[in-house]
Amino acid sequence: MTGAASAGAVIEFRDVHKSFHGVEVLRGIDLSIVEGETFTILGGSGSGKSVCLKHMVGLMRPRRGSVRVLGEELTELNEQQLVPVRTAVSMIFQSAALFDSLNVYENVAYALREHTKWPEEQVGARVAECLEAVGLAGVEALMPEELSGGMRKRVGVARGIAMEPRVILYDEPTTGLDPANQSRVGELIRTLQTRLHVTSVVVTHELELCFDVSDRVGLLKDGRIVAEGSADAMRNSTHTDVRAFLDGARDHDQEGGYAT
Amino acid sequence: MNRASRSPTSGVVALGERILARVDTAGEFTLLAMLTLRAALRPGFPWRESFRQLEAVGARSSTIVLITALFTGMVLALQTGIALARFGAKPYVGSVVGLSLARELGPVLTALMVGGRVGAGITAEIGSMQVTEQVDAIRSLGADPVQKLVLPRMLACVLALPLLTICADVLGVTGGMLLAWGQFGIEPHFYISTIVNTVTVSDFAEGIAKTFVFGWIIAMVGCFSALQTTGGTVGVGRATTRTVVTASIAVLVSDFFMSQLMVLLL
Repeated sequence: MTGAASAGAVIEFRDVHKSFHGVEVLRGIDLSIVEGETFTILGGSGSGKSVCLKHMVGLMRPRRGSVRVLGEELTELNEQQLVPVRTAVSMIFQSAALFDSLNVYENVAYALREHTKWPEEQVGARVAECLEAVGLAGVEALMPEELSGGMRKRVGVARGIAMEPRVILYDEPTTGLDPANQSRVGELIRTLQTRLHVTSVVVTHELELCFDVSDRVGLLKDGRIVAEGSADAMRNSTHTDVRAFLDGARDHDQEGGYAT
Repeated sequence: MNRASRSPTSGVVALGERILARVDTAGEFTLLAMLTLRAALRPGFPWRESFRQLEAVGARSSTIVLITALFTGMVLALQTGIALARFGAKPYVGSVVGLSLARELGPVLTALMVGGRVGAGITAEIGSMQVTEQVDAIRSLGADPVQKLVLPRMLACVLALPLLTICADVLGVTGGMLLAWGQFGIEPHFYISTIVNTVTVSDFAEGIAKTFVFGWIIAMVGCFSALQTTGGTVGVGRATTRTVVTASIAVLVSDFFMSQLMVLLL
C-alpha cells in the first residue's frame, strides 16, 4: 500500500474500471475512505455512483483495478470468501430491497439466522433493538407491502445494522421520500454514526442530505472522482465541476446511464 | 446505421457474435447447475423452504395435472377405440391407453403442464426479486441466492414431477376405463386385465425415470431465466415467456433422446 491517504483506509479503490456492454461506466476511480468518517459520493443520475457502491461489497467486480475493503482485496475473493466482508459491510439499497415474502421481523432477522446460532429470544431482542434504533418499534408482524416508502427504507436500515457492521453503505437513501422522511433518514444516518461508530458511505445526488451528513465528499463525473474534500471545502470549492454541480448545472444528468 | 459503413464481413461478425452469445448462455447455465449441486452438498440445507416449495409445486399443480390426465385418458380411449375397431381389436383399448400413458403421455403432458405453471411462477417470482435488488440483498447479507432460491425449487420440482406423473398415469387410465366402459361397453375388469397383461413394470419405470430429468429442467430453466432478468417489469414478462418456451422445448427434445437411449440400452 502506498500513499499517506491509505493509512487507516477502510475502503480503498485504485484505478477501478467497470463497463457494461462495452460502455465504460467507471473509468479509473481512486478513492480512500478512512475509519469512522461519513463519505458521500455525489454525482448525477447515471454517473455510476451505485455501481461504485456495489463494488464495495463485492456485488460487482471491476474489469480492472483494485478494491480493498477492511484489508481484503475483494477482486481476489470468491462468493464464499466474501461472506465475512459482507457481514461487516452492510448495504442499504435504494429500493430498500426488503424480501416481499417475509414480514419485517423475518427481514431484520435474516442475517442473524444466517450467521449466528442465537436462540429465538435473542434474535427477537436484537430485531426489536434494531427496529427501535430506526424509530419503528412494534412493526415486526407487518409485511413489506403494508409499509410506506419511508418505513421501508428504515426497515432496510434496521436489517442492515442487525449484524453490527463496521461499514454501512447507503444507496440513494432519501430518493423518493417526502421532505419529512428525507430529514428523518438524514438524522438516522447521523445518529447511527455517533451511536455505532461506523464508517458510512452515502451515494446521493441530493445536496441537502450530502452536506447534512458528510465529513468528506467526492464528486463523481464521467466515471472518475473529479474532486474530493471536506464537506465545507467542497461547499465553498471553486472547482468548475463542483460549482457546476452545486449550482444545479444539468450536464451531470447524463443520458443513457446505468441506474444499477 | 449508415449503409455505406457496412462491410461484407459484418454479417459474419454478427453471426459470430450470436454464436458466442449462445455459448456464453450455455456456459452460464452449466455454471448455475454446478453451483446448485455444490450448494446441495454444503451444510445448512434449506429443508424448510424446500418443503414449502414442494407444496407450491406439487400440491398446487395437482388440479391442472389431474384434469389434463383425465381428459387425455378419455380422448385416447375414444380415438384408439375407433381405430382399433377397424382391425377388430377394440377390446384392447386398455393396452394402448396404458402403454401410451405410462411410457409417454403421462410424463410429457405432466411436465408440459408443470413447466407452464411452475416454471413461469418461478421466473416471475425470482425475476421480480432480481429486478428489485432482492437477489443482491441476499448476497449482500452474506447468504447464497443459489442455496436460498434455486436449490429448494430444484429439489421440489425433481421430487414433485414423478409423484404428479404417477397420479396422472392412474387418473388417465381411469378416464380411459370410464370411456371404454360407457362408449364401447368394455368391462372395467377386462380393461384392467389388458393393461396388467401388456404394461410391464419397466414401461412404467422408464416413464417415471424421465420425469426426474423433466423436473430438473423446469426448475433450472425457470431459475436461470429469472436470474438473468434485466429491464424491470417488462423484463420479468419477457423472462417468463422465455422460460415457458425453453422449458417446453427442452422437455420435448430431451424426452426423445432419453426414450431413444432407453430403447438402445434396455
